[in-house]
Amino acid sequence: MKLNTNSNVYTIVYASVMVVIVAFLLAFVSSALKETQDANVANDKRGQILAALNIREVQQVEAKFKEIVLQDLILNTKGDVLAKQGGFEVESKDITAKDDAAKKLPLYVAKVGEDTLYVVPLYGRGLWGGIYGYLALKSDFTTIYGSNYGHEGETAGLGARIVEQEFQEKFIGKQAFSDSTYSTVAVGMAKKIENAGSQVDVITGATLTCNGMDAMFKTSLAPYQPYFSKNRK
Amino acid sequence: MSLFSQKNKEVFTAPLNLDNPVVAQVLGICSALAVTSQLEPAIVMGLSVTVITAFANVIISLIRNTIPARIRIIVQLVVVAALVTIVSMVLKAYAYDVSVQLSVYVGLIITNCILMGRLEAFAMMNGPWESFLDGIGNGLGYAWILVVVGFVRELLGSASLFGHKIAFLDKCDFFHNGMMTMPAMALIIVGCVIWVHRYLNDRKA
Repeated sequence: MKLNTNSNVYTIVYASVMVVIVAFLLAFVSSALKETQDANVANDKRGQILAALNIREVQQVEAKFKEIVLQDLILNTKGDVLAKQGGFEVESKDITAKDDAAKKLPLYVAKVGEDTLYVVPLYGRGLWGGIYGYLALKSDFTTIYGSNYGHEGETAGLGARIVEQEFQEKFIGKQAFSDSTYSTVAVGMAKKIENAGSQVDVITGATLTCNGMDAMFKTSLAPYQPYFSKNRK
Repeated sequence: MSLFSQKNKEVFTAPLNLDNPVVAQVLGICSALAVTSQLEPAIVMGLSVTVITAFANVIISLIRNTIPARIRIIVQLVVVAALVTIVSMVLKAYAYDVSVQLSVYVGLIITNCILMGRLEAFAMMNGPWESFLDGIGNGLGYAWILVVVGFVRELLGSASLFGHKIAFLDKCDFFHNGMMTMPAMALIIVGCVIWVHRYLNDRKA
């Protein structure tokens, strides 16, 4: 019997069978590769945190991270430690939650040489999409030890230059807060530097990305104020 | 008919030069502009398109006699979309850094005109082996243009190749041409490649 490949029934059955086969195939591949993909995403995040600690271009990211980062605390906005571990797994939506009570703030405690360092995650908005990063503070909670930034889609050659090491190193040694109670975030970007101890020159042609960076420091660092003032040495 | 007959050789070599999908047919330009600011993503993109074109061609060629004529474009699209999704997932698992650089452009291979063009024009009418050669040929024809453009843009735009800085060029400001990292410059370089390509082929004829 010769099939009529132009009949309605044949067309509908053909389409249905095809879709089911493809769906099973994709589901299978997706579940088979999920673990490797998740490991890659986690390693990328570890690499970003290490870069904020001025440890760049490491081969064994996971091993180095375990060696350097001793704790990943979860804090709330009142300055209490909710958990001594698990900060690494906190999702960005919990960090940036609008409701202060719902916020979960990760704080990474690292030891590089003799220095104990604290790494704070940053989340903000650039010109075209999200910008993010990590800021490493010395044990006085205000002197910046290092920083690392990334972006989703800033303009190449302009806003995208926040990923350059040269730019990120400009933040080293700046003061993140302007007073010892940590009430005002001082680190930021300015066209006209008024406070050389805290501000970094903007990137020419990337005004909106730099404004976003400025706002990112303020919104991301402020919730840590209670913890920092409680634990000040 | 033997596997490497004169006709099959032509099926493979024509898209590399005379019938090149990018410089002769001017297809797939969008992604050629977007992913060529560095050499590494350009190569990965070229290989991804080659693999997808080849396998989509083979699959469509195998089932070409069963496909209902009224939904043939949909069937082609489903095959391409499935392959693209698989390639994208494999890249995320085994070449994470490059997949981040390529971002949405791996997914956008689905809309690459080269693919649908080859499926409709070649795979629907030819056997699996010829279709496979045609897919590889067209994929590589696309890939070598990307590599040329990526090479020029990375060298002149950031004084590096494969992400490695070239020390003596790095000192020279000429090799940090910001324009080169923008998509507009890729269009001009593709234009130059077409110019050279036409010039050489016209002389032969």
